[in-house]
Amino acid sequence: MSGMNREGRETVGAAIEGAPQTFTGNRALQLDEALIFEIGASDRTGVDLPKADLTGARLGGLERDGAIDLPGLSEPETMRHFTRLSRMNYAIDMGLFPLGSCTMKHNPRLNEKVARLPGFADIHPLQPIPTVQGALELIDELADWLKTLCGMPEVAMSPKAGAHGELCGMLAIRAAHEANGDPRKVVLVPESAHGTNPATAAFCGYEVAPIPATAEGRVDLAALKERLGPDVAGVMITNPNTCGLFERDMIEICAAVHEAGAYVYCDGANFNAIVGKVRPGDLGVDAMHINLHKTFSTPHGGGGPGSGPVVYSERLAPYAPLPFVRKGADGYELVEEEAVAEGRSHGDSFGRMVAFHGQMGMFVRALAYMKSHGADGLAQVAEDAVLNANYVLRRLEDVLSAPFAASGPCMHEALFSDKWMAGTSLSTLDVAKALIDEGYHPMTMYFPLVVEGAMLIEPTETESKADLDQFIGAVRALAEAAKAGETDRFKGAPFYAPLRRLDETQAARKPRLVWSEPDLAEAAE
Amino acid sequence: MRYLPLTTDDRRAMLDAVGADGIDDLFPDVPAAARLSGPIEGLPLHASEMAVERDLSRLAAKNLAAGQAPFFLGCGAYKHHVPATVDYVIQRGEFLTSYTPYQPEIAQGTLQYLFEFQTQVARLTGMDVANASMYDGSTSCVEAIFMARRVTRRKKAILSGGLHPHYASVAKTLTHFTDDEIDLHDPVLTDGAPGDDLAALIAAIDEETSCVVVQNPNLFGHVADLSDLADACHEKGALLIAVVTEIVSLGAMKSPGEMGADIVVGEGQSIGGGLNFGGPYLGLFACNQKHVRQMPGRLCGETVDAEGRRGFVLTLSTREQHIRREKATSNICTNSGLMALAFTVHMTLLGEEGMRRLAALNHRRACEVADRLAALPGVTLLNRAFFNEFTVKLEADSRPLIRRMAEGGVLGGVSLGRLYPEHEALAGCVTVAVTETATDEDIEALVAAYEGAAK
Repeated sequence: MSGMNREGRETVGAAIEGAPQTFTGNRALQLDEALIFEIGASDRTGVDLPKADLTGARLGGLERDGAIDLPGLSEPETMRHFTRLSRMNYAIDMGLFPLGSCTMKHNPRLNEKVARLPGFADIHPLQPIPTVQGALELIDELADWLKTLCGMPEVAMSPKAGAHGELCGMLAIRAAHEANGDPRKVVLVPESAHGTNPATAAFCGYEVAPIPATAEGRVDLAALKERLGPDVAGVMITNPNTCGLFERDMIEICAAVHEAGAYVYCDGANFNAIVGKVRPGDLGVDAMHINLHKTFSTPHGGGGPGSGPVVYSERLAPYAPLPFVRKGADGYELVEEEAVAEGRSHGDSFGRMVAFHGQMGMFVRALAYMKSHGADGLAQVAEDAVLNANYVLRRLEDVLSAPFAASGPCMHEALFSDKWMAGTSLSTLDVAKALIDEGYHPMTMYFPLVVEGAMLIEPTETESKADLDQFIGAVRALAEAAKAGETDRFKGAPFYAPLRRLDETQAARKPRLVWSEPDLAEAAE
Repeated sequence: MRYLPLTTDDRRAMLDAVGADGIDDLFPDVPAAARLSGPIEGLPLHASEMAVERDLSRLAAKNLAAGQAPFFLGCGAYKHHVPATVDYVIQRGEFLTSYTPYQPEIAQGTLQYLFEFQTQVARLTGMDVANASMYDGSTSCVEAIFMARRVTRRKKAILSGGLHPHYASVAKTLTHFTDDEIDLHDPVLTDGAPGDDLAALIAAIDEETSCVVVQNPNLFGHVADLSDLADACHEKGALLIAVVTEIVSLGAMKSPGEMGADIVVGEGQSIGGGLNFGGPYLGLFACNQKHVRQMPGRLCGETVDAEGRRGFVLTLSTREQHIRREKATSNICTNSGLMALAFTVHMTLLGEEGMRRLAALNHRRACEVADRLAALPGVTLLNRAFFNEFTVKLEADSRPLIRRMAEGGVLGGVSLGRLYPEHEALAGCVTVAVTETATDEDIEALVAAYEGAAK
């Protein structure tokens, strides 16, 4: 990547006439790697442990008799195996990762360093409270940042990820209705919501009903008011929403929901666009989860771990889960028991939703990030994220189709549809795969569902103008090639990735989820 | 600000390009009344890397790290030696800063290790298949209860008294508002076999029972043969869910699969993960092939690419929330991918031989310490059979004793009074875990601390 080829100069590809077939199947730095089950052996190991056997064991006669069948590798082989695998991955450290609604921003390495301090990484969750005062202080300090940034009086720190946070918010809503003796049945969710929203509502025993949207990609306030009634327990709204738009009627929406005796759950997945610019509490939100692995830069790690603290309004605070941290006369305390919580701020707690106290490792990273930015830097984060997204939107709207661009600026992400491809035989998937050949991770595809063939681009604030310009150049070039009928470069894409397009249908039809010896695998079919 | 690449000139040029006079023009939809005009009040301004590191180091220094003291805590989180290679691998940017592998052509690294992880977990637990991880053991456990409901179309789950009380609480919380029924048994102090009463569990199974949830080794460290319980479940059409919070035990013991479990869930933190004050941890989830379409979470499967080469993809996603929405098997999205990588790297380093040696070492160390403590006046060992963790009964309330030991620099176990505040009979009990990290000096310090405490 470096500074080269920002103007779209043609790159010579791998499909050169006369390129040799290699003996190994490798292509220079592109190295194939077998599975550990094919290269390891049960008597090979990468650790030095003394010989020990189970003579005289007190295992109740439950000693394992057969082999577990775990292949081992020595340390150098292990290092090489996983290093080779790592090189088949795309990552933010390598380039722009414009995955909409995922906020793939730079992960500062200071965060990694401090999270590994033994005082945080090497403490047990059940150590006596006096020996973990610094950990509790850190949780309390992070909680204070989150409450202040959101303008809300209470926060639950234990949820393990965004969807777990949704559960935490909706359980409080459910508990509040039960406490009022008015168990309601229905939760309203827009069709543009993340799949986790309806799944969470169902997990809490609610029926899910849709909230209609306007042609502008926002909640239809009039239709929402119409639907509200004594059966509605709450609404789940993502703000900024998954079309990349701020719900401009949010204050009125919240007022209407409250008037109907219901609560507003806000999916905070897109908080990055507004952190430090507006406080959700000032809009009337009752509960919102915050993805520390999005807005506050803790790494996604190929799918997790995340962390999803939930802020609550005054009305929901009493129902917040256990445990929670409080500053007492003798230092910080951890309230773990319902009996102790009674008469305190969480007096009607809905209970515990996870073992121990949440994602400490993520808390340390997020707090390091927040302290680095400060109140001023966080507002700048939102501003730069929004500026970058609008820059992408405006520089691409003439070659792609931007269904909501006419209604004004977007927030942190720019949404396009596949309308511009009409007349070609191409799909959003083809464009995404062609983008891989250009050295990018594709944008979010086919989400949100309210737009045909959606392409959702979230550049985040940690991209430079030069990197955005190159990306824009690449997308424009692809759009022009598509319109010019160059279908092969799309249908066959990716050409330059470690593998060509993968057959997902076959994977689902004959699921092979664990490795077995080839002859056994065939016999099983 | 060191993390923000845009310069003032860039911002100006980009605002011009989008036709905005100033940044506020890009926030017109945020109600003016709620828009903040300057840095939010009540928070400090930006700080240098050096200042932040100093600040957080100061907080870290206020904690007593496990490695700084004779350390004997377990109850769902264990201190094991993690080889340096593990942490180096998981910090490679290609793993650390990648996303869920939705674009398999540029995520084969993640997908291949997930396939290896699933295979390792399936083999260890003795099951056909395992998923690509859950948040932690407690959330895996409740997901298994929900899965049993889907499989059996019944709603009563029986929870053993030996199940980690946090896990039982999570199950109670999450089933409270659904119409599931939880029959939570009390922990018992049966002679030699604290925790579960398997006969009582068997007696409780009826035609309404979806599953029995039993932990092995249980919270008290006791290990039991689950075969009869499995038979009793199957006879009544219920599933046996086995919970393993100390996965190292499976290096020495028969797997739950061999004993007839239908679903095995567990906490994988012991392999590759640190203590981390409770998170991030690693939820393990394994079951038999016939139930795979009812599983929660992501699954990685083998397939081929357009040129016929082997590759891996996320599969059977019609179970998941991004496709099925309110009809999904779970709402889980983000899982514990990087912890799964740590597990797989550590397990690859161990291999069969290393895993067996590690487990045997843990067990022998624990036997030694159990005998030393049992020889002290005022200390009674409750377990006949255990792996690397056992429970002792003291003659006084154990919470203040454990705190006093900590003041003396010894982390001597988990007082069960803390985990079971409502069970007075357990107030004098302590669960003690012994792993390969305990040195001879640590053990001497522990014995001395108990000797002092018993006086």
